[in-house]
Amino acid sequence: MIVGERKAFDEIKEMIKGFGKVLNLGCGGCTSICMAGGQREVGILNEELQTALKQDGASFQIDGWTIERQCNGDFYSELDEMVRDYGALLSMACGAGVQFLADRYPQKPVFPALNTVFIGVDRDIGWFEENCRACRECVLGETGGICPVTRCAKSLFNGPCGGTSREGKCEVSKDTPCAWFEIHQRLKEQNRLEDILKVRPAREWRNQTKGSLVQEAFKPRYAK
Amino acid sequence: MLFQEQASGEFVVIAELQPPKGNRLSGLYEQAEHLRGHVHALNIPDLDNAIMRLGSLSVCTLLKAKGMEVIFNLSVGDRNRLALQSDLLNASALGLDNVLVLQGDPPSLGDHYDAKPVFDLDVLGLLGAVKRLQAGYDLGGSELDGKPQFCVGTQIQLRTTEHDFDLEVIEMEKKIDLGVNFFFTPSVYDTNLFETFVQKAARLKTPIVAGVTLLKSVGMARYINQHVQGASIPETVIDKLMKAPDKQQGSIEIARETIRHLRPLCQGIRIIPIGWEQLIPTVLEQAGL
Repeated sequence: MIVGERKAFDEIKEMIKGFGKVLNLGCGGCTSICMAGGQREVGILNEELQTALKQDGASFQIDGWTIERQCNGDFYSELDEMVRDYGALLSMACGAGVQFLADRYPQKPVFPALNTVFIGVDRDIGWFEENCRACRECVLGETGGICPVTRCAKSLFNGPCGGTSREGKCEVSKDTPCAWFEIHQRLKEQNRLEDILKVRPAREWRNQTKGSLVQEAFKPRYAK
Repeated sequence: MLFQEQASGEFVVIAELQPPKGNRLSGLYEQAEHLRGHVHALNIPDLDNAIMRLGSLSVCTLLKAKGMEVIFNLSVGDRNRLALQSDLLNASALGLDNVLVLQGDPPSLGDHYDAKPVFDLDVLGLLGAVKRLQAGYDLGGSELDGKPQFCVGTQIQLRTTEHDFDLEVIEMEKKIDLGVNFFFTPSVYDTNLFETFVQKAARLKTPIVAGVTLLKSVGMARYINQHVQGASIPETVIDKLMKAPDKQQGSIEIARETIRHLRPLCQGIRIIPIGWEQLIPTVLEQAGL
């Protein structure tokens, strides 16, 4: 899941100040699940903004609407009419959703209400942890299901480095486990240490430029 | 230090020498010796076009030891802020006092396209770092034991419309605020367009050094027009090159004419020979420099 967190209130307020009538759009996808930008969060933010901007003496109206997913055009048809009445749009989706929204309505100023922080998992209710950097070259099969790109401070492919403590912690913080210590432990338990005995070549970082993907089965469909 | 005597109004002539891909310097030394006395300084690119080469730092240091004025190039594409600041201190400790701060190129354009792009700071960020080091502090806020001093330059873009010129001038103002002492332009082919630009930039009162590339063929000119952002080689120039019976002679004449037009418009030129380094003295001589 893509995890987001709400921007500082004053930053949001500053962005939309002066637009008179603003539509705040929630996303029913990831940011709803991580409790940052769903229907409930749209309601809370709108109430806070309405109160604060009224106190400032400005004529201001903010409405809310949450669509299934802001990263898919199929869910936008209900919005096309609606957005015409608004001076600006606020989005509580991830960065991908905000851009999709801005591309859909290029005449409208679009502002992000969230910071997109990572791809992660739920540690507990409202507690998320980053586990994937979308590096496009997954090595989890060889590293015991522990990602060295995300979980090693140096993103080492041939670890560990010299910064592992006796307790298996990383030199950057005593609370951060050393990814390679954990990889070694897990593979040892599974009797698979041979997986990390060979030297891995340097990564292909070109993959970090903007990507586009068509799944194999759909390639004929977009061939032109 | 370059441009220290700018008040004298001398037209500055700079030649660009690309470091070798390897550590054999005999060819580069030969080119540099050939230019001795003909140019004020040699500009040494830093991983230009994201092609792995010998670095600007060592080449500048070695040429400086031979008594040549050099411009050390430093681009943000391949180093983070730690390495950039350290290299500025390296340059200063090695006696280099001219630095050209550049954006650099994405590795995907070069010969190591799997490399991780760095771009930790942008050009304005690096200019800020230079300014800070010169004031005796690093970007982390620590005080330096000995502070460097540089004559600082950076590259500007040559755009094609008047509106874009205004934007560039705004950008130049920001860079001047960050301590820039001179500007390099990309290669100028259309001197009329360049004249419009320098008129807008004149109020900044900061030296502009125009780029002059030796055009080697019609194919190269067409390629530049098609692929190099902001470049527009007029058809008259391409035509002249096409009709020239001797391409080198044709190229020299085009460069000579360009320099003749540029001379009253800016404070210097940077000749980019791309393999025709041996022609530079002839070009300069014919241009009256």
